[in-house]
Amino acid sequence: MHSDLIISQTDGRPMYLQIMEQIKLKVSVGDWAAGQEIPSIRQLAMALRVSVITVKRAYLELEREGVIVTQHGKGSVVAPDASLAPRLHEDQLAEHLERAARLGELLGLTPEELASRLEQASGRSMEQLPKENQ
Amino acid sequence: MNDLSVEFQGVSKHYPHFNLDNIDLELPTGSIMGFIGANGAGKSTTIRILMGLVHQDKGTVNVLGHPMPADQTEAKLDIGFVSEDMRLYGAATLKWHMEFVSSIYPRWDQAYAEKLVRRFDLKLQQKIKGLSHGQRVKAALLLALARRPRLLVLDEPTTGLDPVARKEVLGELMAVLADEDRTILFSSHNTQDVEQISDQITFIDHGRIIDSDDKECFLDHWRRLRLVLPQNTELPHLPGVIDVGGSGRLPVLTTNCFDPAMLSVCQDLGATVQAVDNMTLEEIFVTSVQHRRETLAV
Repeated sequence: MHSDLIISQTDGRPMYLQIMEQIKLKVSVGDWAAGQEIPSIRQLAMALRVSVITVKRAYLELEREGVIVTQHGKGSVVAPDASLAPRLHEDQLAEHLERAARLGELLGLTPEELASRLEQASGRSMEQLPKENQ
Repeated sequence: MNDLSVEFQGVSKHYPHFNLDNIDLELPTGSIMGFIGANGAGKSTTIRILMGLVHQDKGTVNVLGHPMPADQTEAKLDIGFVSEDMRLYGAATLKWHMEFVSSIYPRWDQAYAEKLVRRFDLKLQQKIKGLSHGQRVKAALLLALARRPRLLVLDEPTTGLDPVARKEVLGELMAVLADEDRTILFSSHNTQDVEQISDQITFIDHGRIIDSDDKECFLDHWRRLRLVLPQNTELPHLPGVIDVGGSGRLPVLTTNCFDPAMLSVCQDLGATVQAVDNMTLEEIFVTSVQHRRETLAV
């Protein structure tokens, strides 16, 4: 199989980092589109003549960074961009809500008071939004 | 299915001038292990025990689910073995060898064999005695590969090959691994080949395994730290540091269990960390062997 990734022996960095960097570049310039299927770990290892475990490590780290998504038994695809940001925001919201609940408890607020404060905050945020977008 | 293709437990073999001492080895199915050692370290003896060619004095060996040497006849149907001193018949052609091997092994894959003849740039009608060293190695490898064995055992497969032949051979080894049920063990003192294609790495020296791990862990745990010490400061012994080189205010530390916390320890001593280098497998191997020999000598 032909591969257009290059592993350099004179590049001092570990091979898995070289693989990660080149895949990120491919994704960022759009050569590998969001949602596109990418070579399996074994296919890429064969093409590059590097060990399976090295490519596996690169894929694991890329997945952790949200660049690719690996489905067990189905191979890997480039992460669909659309889902990446909402997922991060979802995590953030959950974290902030928990913190708000803890602070509310410290201040002795009832759940109703806390909910109304949240309502006021979201009202203010709505007013600001259009201005920010202009 | 057993997920270990090769398993050694406490294997020993005594010779008048050499001892293989308490060898433990595990090779997971679907991976490549590079087996590295200096000349005379015990690589070939270990491989011979694996193949049932030499019988261990102590310990158990299991290959593809077969206890060795008891079950060697059956196990060998599924093992492809290539070693440097492999004898092919000088007066016979490659074609003759291919027919001979295919008559013994029912799983012989003629189409694959013919593809390999072209890929390795060999000629069917050429007699073995007229082949160069590299062509002989490729011929032996072809005869082993085309049997489609579940385990390939290769004793120094890339030694003495020119760069083009080496690339062809390494490429074919990787191609074997496209099938997740196949496994390769190859010995070498060429650490660059091993570093490139191995999943598992084992170091052997003076008949003992000195380290065995998956390659990424190996490379991750070893670092070289280059420090600048303040004047009149002595560097205390730091845990995890197995070698201190350099001199004066510019020591170079080598560690085999790197942890970023080490850097803050050095900084707390007043030292400036100038660089943290990754190490090649060759540097790791040489340092391991030297460290172990020094520890033994003390």
